[in-house]
Amino acid sequence: MKPFAYARPSDVAEAVREVAAEPNAVFLGGGTNLVDHLKLGVARPDLVVDVRTLTSREITDTGDGGLLVGAAVSNSELAADRRVRERWPVLTQALLAGANGQLRNLATVGGNPLQRTRCVYFQDVTTACNKRAPGSGCSAIGGYTRYHAILGASEQCIATHPSDMAVALTALDAVVHTEGPRGARTIPFGELHRLPGDDPSRDTVLEHGELVTAVELPPLEMARRSTYRKVRDRASYAFALVSVAAAVDLADDGTVRDARVALGGVAHTPWRATRAEEVLRGRRLTDDTARAAAEAELADAVPQPGIDGGNAFKVPLVARTLTAALRILTGREG
Amino acid sequence: MPGTDRAMDADIRLRVDGELHELTVDTRTTLLDLLRERLGNTSPKKGCDHGQCGACTVLLDGERALLCLALAVSHDGAEITTADGLAPEGELHPVQQAFLDHDAFQCGYCTPGQVCSAVGVLSEVDRGWPSHATRDLTAAPELSTDEVSERMSGNLCRCAAYAHITPAVQQAGGAR
Repeated sequence: MKPFAYARPSDVAEAVREVAAEPNAVFLGGGTNLVDHLKLGVARPDLVVDVRTLTSREITDTGDGGLLVGAAVSNSELAADRRVRERWPVLTQALLAGANGQLRNLATVGGNPLQRTRCVYFQDVTTACNKRAPGSGCSAIGGYTRYHAILGASEQCIATHPSDMAVALTALDAVVHTEGPRGARTIPFGELHRLPGDDPSRDTVLEHGELVTAVELPPLEMARRSTYRKVRDRASYAFALVSVAAAVDLADDGTVRDARVALGGVAHTPWRATRAEEVLRGRRLTDDTARAAAEAELADAVPQPGIDGGNAFKVPLVARTLTAALRILTGREG
Repeated sequence: MPGTDRAMDADIRLRVDGELHELTVDTRTTLLDLLRERLGNTSPKKGCDHGQCGACTVLLDGERALLCLALAVSHDGAEITTADGLAPEGELHPVQQAFLDHDAFQCGYCTPGQVCSAVGVLSEVDRGWPSHATRDLTAAPELSTDEVSERMSGNLCRCAAYAHITPAVQQAGGAR
């Protein structure tokens, strides 16, 4: 591991100043991704600024029916929060579908959405990767693509975002609170992550030195009827091949008044499925409706060929997973 | 080079299995290497060293956690209990006794991590924490086979003693 200096500032403002002043500095939260990257040589900072216990570890009511979740709250604590379990079950389910108990106890709400892709080439410093070493090429294209994108990829990068929690937060219209060199701001969760384009090295719109201080869950009545459905290569402790976060507001006759859908495992970002939502609105929630919604969302999907057979399987898998999620929400689970 | 005017080591205090340690550590040191290499506590094992196997599971400030992904400097002041520390006077913890009763191991390499993880699982269930296997998120979780398997999924056993580990955890849960 490359040597690095370590700082534990006493407040957020100081932490922001420390990182902003050093181009090769990083924030350290729970460490479950960064410490691994330090070992692998994927991350080679000169300075590590520890914010693990700096931001809030409280989950507070915002007064309008929402919650403000401090960035230092652990994934476990957020998943177990009774208000979240009752009012935003999709978020508890997404959190509990990710990693394992030991990791969820370490991982933080601020850090989880900023974890980096598990693309095997990104994590292997002996291979070309435009995300890790800009301009070096993409070893994933034409390689092992089972875990790679079918939406929004570029010729530079076909990686997917690994977080389950982020898929739920995208569907729930969460808001990220940050403090950075240019002050505090809020970012709609759906705008936090960026598509790879010609600069896959940047996963998010955050500036260097900008720290996530909290995640806000706005009130969303329909989220009481929400679920997270994840498909993976083993029953537990594996990243998503495909996942669906969904919430619906149903009229008494079963017509969809409104819907929120986001997909995981399909793109460089958690993928808000606005086209699917549009198809769902005003229709009765049947399997045919679900399939039509998935078809609309995936109209521009570009599956990747690969030496492992490629990832075209994700197109029908998204349709089946969305169908299954919507069955659960209408009590038709079989 | 930027950052080189700063110290690459730091002073920390840790309480491990009840004993207080004051140490100067290289900032790169994980808690796992610190315990094994500096303190001679080989109860947590180094399986994968990448957060994938669970062999280094301990109770860190009361919650189960992996030591291989925790930098020692970031956990200054922490209290750690290893599987060794669960039996301070040689009297086995109920989870340890249950593993013996059920022959819940073969080679035993993953066992200290399994035991610490199980202690954490039972505490989490006591507090009503749901899991991926919990159908009703608002009800008190039960120690069903599905629940235990899901909650213990971060602890790999290459001998595949799972069929004995799961009932051992259930027994320990019932014995509380």
